[in-house]
Amino acid sequence: MDILTILAEAARTAVGPIAAIYALAAVGLNMHFGYTGLLNFGQVGFMLVGAYGVGISVGVFELPLAVGFLVGLGCAVVLALLLGIPTLRLREDYLAITTIAAAEVLRLVYRAGFAEPLTKGVYGLQNLSGDFQTLNPFETGQRYGYGAFTFSGTHLWVMVSTWGLVALVSLLLWLLIHSPWGRVIKGIREDEDAARSLGKNVFAYKMQALVLGGLFGALAGCMMAMHQGSINPDQFKPQVTFFLWVILLLGGAGRVLGPILGSVVFWFLMNFTDGFLKGLGSLGYLPFLSGPDYGAIQLAFVGVMLVLLIVFRPQGIVGDRREMLINVK
Amino acid sequence: MSSDEKKVSGVAAPDRMAGVEASPGVAKPDPVLVVDSVRRSFGGLTAVDVDHLEVQRGTITALIGPNGAGKSTLFNLLTGFDRVDRGRWTYEGTPISGRSGHKVARAGMVRTFQLTKALTRMTVLDNMLLGAQKQFGERMLGSLLRPVWSREEQSNTERALSLLERFRLLDKRNDMAGSLSGGQRKLLEMARALMTDPGMIMLDEPMAGVNPALVQSLLGHITSLREEGKTVLFVEHDMDVIMDVSDWIVVLAQGQVIAEGTPAAIASNKQVIDAYLGAQEDDVAGAQEGTDE
Repeated sequence: MDILTILAEAARTAVGPIAAIYALAAVGLNMHFGYTGLLNFGQVGFMLVGAYGVGISVGVFELPLAVGFLVGLGCAVVLALLLGIPTLRLREDYLAITTIAAAEVLRLVYRAGFAEPLTKGVYGLQNLSGDFQTLNPFETGQRYGYGAFTFSGTHLWVMVSTWGLVALVSLLLWLLIHSPWGRVIKGIREDEDAARSLGKNVFAYKMQALVLGGLFGALAGCMMAMHQGSINPDQFKPQVTFFLWVILLLGGAGRVLGPILGSVVFWFLMNFTDGFLKGLGSLGYLPFLSGPDYGAIQLAFVGVMLVLLIVFRPQGIVGDRREMLINVK
Repeated sequence: MSSDEKKVSGVAAPDRMAGVEASPGVAKPDPVLVVDSVRRSFGGLTAVDVDHLEVQRGTITALIGPNGAGKSTLFNLLTGFDRVDRGRWTYEGTPISGRSGHKVARAGMVRTFQLTKALTRMTVLDNMLLGAQKQFGERMLGSLLRPVWSREEQSNTERALSLLERFRLLDKRNDMAGSLSGGQRKLLEMARALMTDPGMIMLDEPMAGVNPALVQSLLGHITSLREEGKTVLFVEHDMDVIMDVSDWIVVLAQGQVIAEGTPAAIASNKQVIDAYLGAQEDDVAGAQEGTDE
């Protein structure tokens, strides 16, 4: 077992395309939960409609890529409105229940037989990233980087564009939050009745936040389709949402850098524990485990690390301790 | 400090309500809030059933009554935080019945809460700034145009700081509101309500859970609101407190207005004393019956 190779591989994943995509979706979740206090347990649903918006436009109707992205984002707006209109006037838990159910229903609908003409059902859509890769300024066949830390031109392009989007979206979020609009949003997080008593249209603000965070999620879904070149409904299982929550809490909710650092650290840990366990296995230290068991143990391993982090640093990596220490209710 | 000296400077001036008959539902010469046949029931229980009620402009009106009389429910209804079964009410002549809470606040009738709602994980100053109305920067797209709203923000900040000074919270301005004591939170909530520049302030039990020294200071602040020409309607339990500051007292029992009048008239009203004390005795008796069953 070569610990350096494992570390290098983990670090490679930590800045790779997947980490960037999850960071992007987690920024949306940060808008929802970190700033507005909306309990969205269905962020993966926004990723799904984003990915399929661009996937169906490009893969089935052969529309230009830009149109595909717009369709994906449009679907997210529709989804946010559908989720928000009935639930945002109610207590916060209703949104939580609705989003988790809606995301799973969406996955089942997109993989169902009747949707096959559009979604190709369980087989998914293929060959989606052609247009995206023609924009690639890097050589697709070449590898960039040093030593073990290299990426193919294809991946590098996804990384650069997705991290670029993360930066753009985070800048937008920063501007919004450090403005009177952001103050109202935080006020709603603290106590929406108080915000209402001061003349703020709480429903409208919550809806704006839900749509905006959903758009970020859909953008992440679009980039997922670009990265993989193919999409399948079963990639959008509820666990994706929970990974996003872990990323957000790990990095620090209610901080602009929180979801970004969270994603990097999360994917580093995921990959490191995986490599480490496999390394131990190959040396014969884990005779009681067979191949598929590693995945289960690895998640438990990550879980323990997260528990430790929450115990010793409840505000996350970059969270504001001052904000965390005050008893909310 | 001046406010403290001013405060109980006098038993409420009776001339503010001169010539108004002390009877339930009586018309006032210059009403700012007019309530008509407002009713709200929870299942079989009618919590509020007010035929007619007017609140005179520029006065401190107290709403009193035994526990469960429907004071807070009436408050919630009038401020759009609960829905009526039926009824109409106008503020400054504008019908505001059925409007949601934020619209009532925008119309100029702002409320505070019985359980203080300080926005704990925000600074005291941010709490205050949230009160300012019609901020361009509070629009989602407007918020991105910092140069457009920065001047507005500056003038709001100046106003917030002067209010904080008046309520003696100035040195706390950069602290999280959650770090304030219970009494300071009451002050902050009142200051924040003033930040909306209301015409009428509705205070839901402003004295609840506040130590006696601070009660005096809060009363001082309430009387100073009247001196600024604002109308105050407040719910309170403690009769002694009310007698000192209010111009007019409305007594609610079992959801209905059973008496209205100046503090002196109410203090000597046999019906009120009976209802107030009698209802409490009934409560005790009712509770005992309940345990017997």
